[in-house]
Amino acid sequence: MDLNYGQEYEDFRNEVQSFIKTNEKVNLHGAKLRSPERVEWQKKLIDHGYFARSIPKQYGGFGGEVDIIKTRIIAEEFAKSPIPKPLGGQGIQMLVPTLLELGNEEQKQTYIKPTLHGEMIWCQGYSEPNSGSDLASLQTKGELDGEEWVINGQKIWTSTAKFAQMCFCLVRTEPEAPKHQGISFLLIPMDSSGIEIRPIMQMTLDADFNEVFFTDVRIPKENIVGERGEGWKVANSILGHERGSLADPNVTMTRLNALINLMKDETIDGQRIIDKDSFRDRLLKIQGRVLAQQSNSLRILSGQINKDQNTSMARLITKLQGTELRHELEALAIDAMGELGTLYENSPHLRDNGSWQMSYMYFLGLIIGGGTSQIQKNIISERGLGMPKEPKVQGN
Amino acid sequence: MYFGLSEEQVSLQETIKKYLEDQAPLEVIKEIAAGDELKTIEIHKGLLDLGISSLLVPEEFGGLELDLLFAAVVSTALGSGTAPVPFIGAYVMAPLALNLGGNRSQKEQWLPKIASGEVLMGIAISEFIGAREDSGINFKKGKVNGRALFAIDAKNSDALIVSNKAGQLFLVHTGSSGISQTELITVDKTRISTEILFKDVKAEILPESEKDLGIINKVIDAGRIMLAADSLGAAQVMLDKAIAYSLERKQFGRQIGSFQAVKHMCAEMVAELEPCNAMVWHASHCQENIPHEARLMACHTKAHISEVSREVSKTAIEVHGGMGFTDELGLHYWFKRIGLNRQLLGSPELVREEAAKIQNFDQASDDDNKGNDEVGNPLVV
Repeated sequence: MDLNYGQEYEDFRNEVQSFIKTNEKVNLHGAKLRSPERVEWQKKLIDHGYFARSIPKQYGGFGGEVDIIKTRIIAEEFAKSPIPKPLGGQGIQMLVPTLLELGNEEQKQTYIKPTLHGEMIWCQGYSEPNSGSDLASLQTKGELDGEEWVINGQKIWTSTAKFAQMCFCLVRTEPEAPKHQGISFLLIPMDSSGIEIRPIMQMTLDADFNEVFFTDVRIPKENIVGERGEGWKVANSILGHERGSLADPNVTMTRLNALINLMKDETIDGQRIIDKDSFRDRLLKIQGRVLAQQSNSLRILSGQINKDQNTSMARLITKLQGTELRHELEALAIDAMGELGTLYENSPHLRDNGSWQMSYMYFLGLIIGGGTSQIQKNIISERGLGMPKEPKVQGN
Repeated sequence: MYFGLSEEQVSLQETIKKYLEDQAPLEVIKEIAAGDELKTIEIHKGLLDLGISSLLVPEEFGGLELDLLFAAVVSTALGSGTAPVPFIGAYVMAPLALNLGGNRSQKEQWLPKIASGEVLMGIAISEFIGAREDSGINFKKGKVNGRALFAIDAKNSDALIVSNKAGQLFLVHTGSSGISQTELITVDKTRISTEILFKDVKAEILPESEKDLGIINKVIDAGRIMLAADSLGAAQVMLDKAIAYSLERKQFGRQIGSFQAVKHMCAEMVAELEPCNAMVWHASHCQENIPHEARLMACHTKAHISEVSREVSKTAIEVHGGMGFTDELGLHYWFKRIGLNRQLLGSPELVREEAAKIQNFDQASDDDNKGNDEVGNPLVV
């Protein structure tokens, strides 16, 4: 066991801390996606190597060595501060690694840089109304007509579709092939004619997701990543990234500290919530679980640095555990506020801009999204514990 | 940076597990539970040969001077094998108490003999954590009076470490006049708990513990991490057995492990249990290397793993159906061991209370630490 990162890394941490200190006034609240302020901030982060660190310069990255510890230090220090985080989203988290691994040179040149800079926003066209947990049964159809793909069908749960310039999309191009081998990974400009977007109002009263309808949408033949019929493989090459990133224990720890402060501030009959035994015990139980997950994430980090260390089970469980825990943490905050915890929008007496209710509901969405908790349990038991798959129903 | 067990630690853990699998399989545990003391002595001796008594004793007193993580991996292995031997009191808490609290001559007198396995030292400090009934220890004019419940590793011991409510530590010879011991019969037949009555028993103080009341907490924290590690090892075995059984047992023409109801029980168990490994390692590492996190990690590790292992011990038995309830399969040995570990040195509720005190939850909020609220935006999750 050696938790020292060494002097080089302590120096690096100081450097990051001083960058954060210098920029602590930066506030992008209300700044739209692709706005000049956001793009400028994003470029600044890349210039300092705090984002897109190991992505080659020619594609708009910082061009540094892959250094997991530095990446970790950056994440830790940014999580502690209220300054704007680097832009995330599916283009950056999912498409860029996919293109780096499986895209051709022209695709890398065209797409990666504007995506990293926040000038090109992507949405992900995977789920369909009848293909959720059973994603590989998807039916959106792509047919080659001369030099163009013609796409027809419907996607759902497409976040950021309203703002996106591009969509990376799974489309059935080989209807005769077995279901996993008949899918291609296509890149579709969202201003193509024949695309219609309908927002889905969700329980938070936001509309983060959309339905996207494709009617005879035509895109160039070369807008395909990998070969025809390899889309499932392409999509799966990086699916692990999304699952792991949905509930970072460091962010949960920051949230826990906010909860502790909330429970010190809120009172009933003049008594602080944190001084009430029942509430305090719930808080401490959650704290124990957050610490367990933090230790687990250190183990995962170590596995990335020391390749001979096997951390596959530690990684398999993070999406399930992280999202459930975060949801529970937010629930305690609401209970600590009691009736006040139900206030929303811009009500009088609202605490923290309503973020506890928002996040409580939002994390219920994340328990479902990115592979539901039940699907996670199937994956854990089958891939992790070697238990048998459910027998297939005839005809599927 | 490396977060995990070293090759040496893995090999120590494997050696002890293997020894217990060979020398103390379930049939032997059953005989010991039925009262076969000779077998206990034999297994204890075998484990002493593997070095379990010398791990934490400094080199100058004939020990290996290893850090607590070594003791934690041993404890995990002992939990896996429901090892019917002294360890947590005699070979972890006692040497730590002597080394931190004792003077030179006390160390010279006892530590080499603990390391060599000649001396067994029990621990009677439950009353410092929470006295039940009228138990409690007083020290006056070189004499100890009172009653201690749930002393650990006290049976057949040569000496005992006891504490008063103030947290000072004392050493008594178990053979001194005025001591009487009664065996407490718990559900867990793999280890022995003792009640000890002290009537004007000659005692010597561990002098450093009088000056530094943090010492008893360090001893307890180490004990708590060991109990957590023991429960982790026991729970992991129960989970492994549940999975193996689910692949073997058939109903409705299928392995029961192919039903999602059963698979999800197993997935839930492993999802909770897997991070507990990292937690035990981390907490052990903190004790000597990251002092400001040491107490909090020890408390939470004990409390959290007590909760997780209880749930796993219940669910693993359920996966076995009716067979899980039988003595024949013997799952109850692990179940009961987890049950005792949970209560020793503070139940989860008590330990969490302590965690609250450590963090000064009774003081006003620190607004500088407020987290940022970027939670509603899907782009930053």
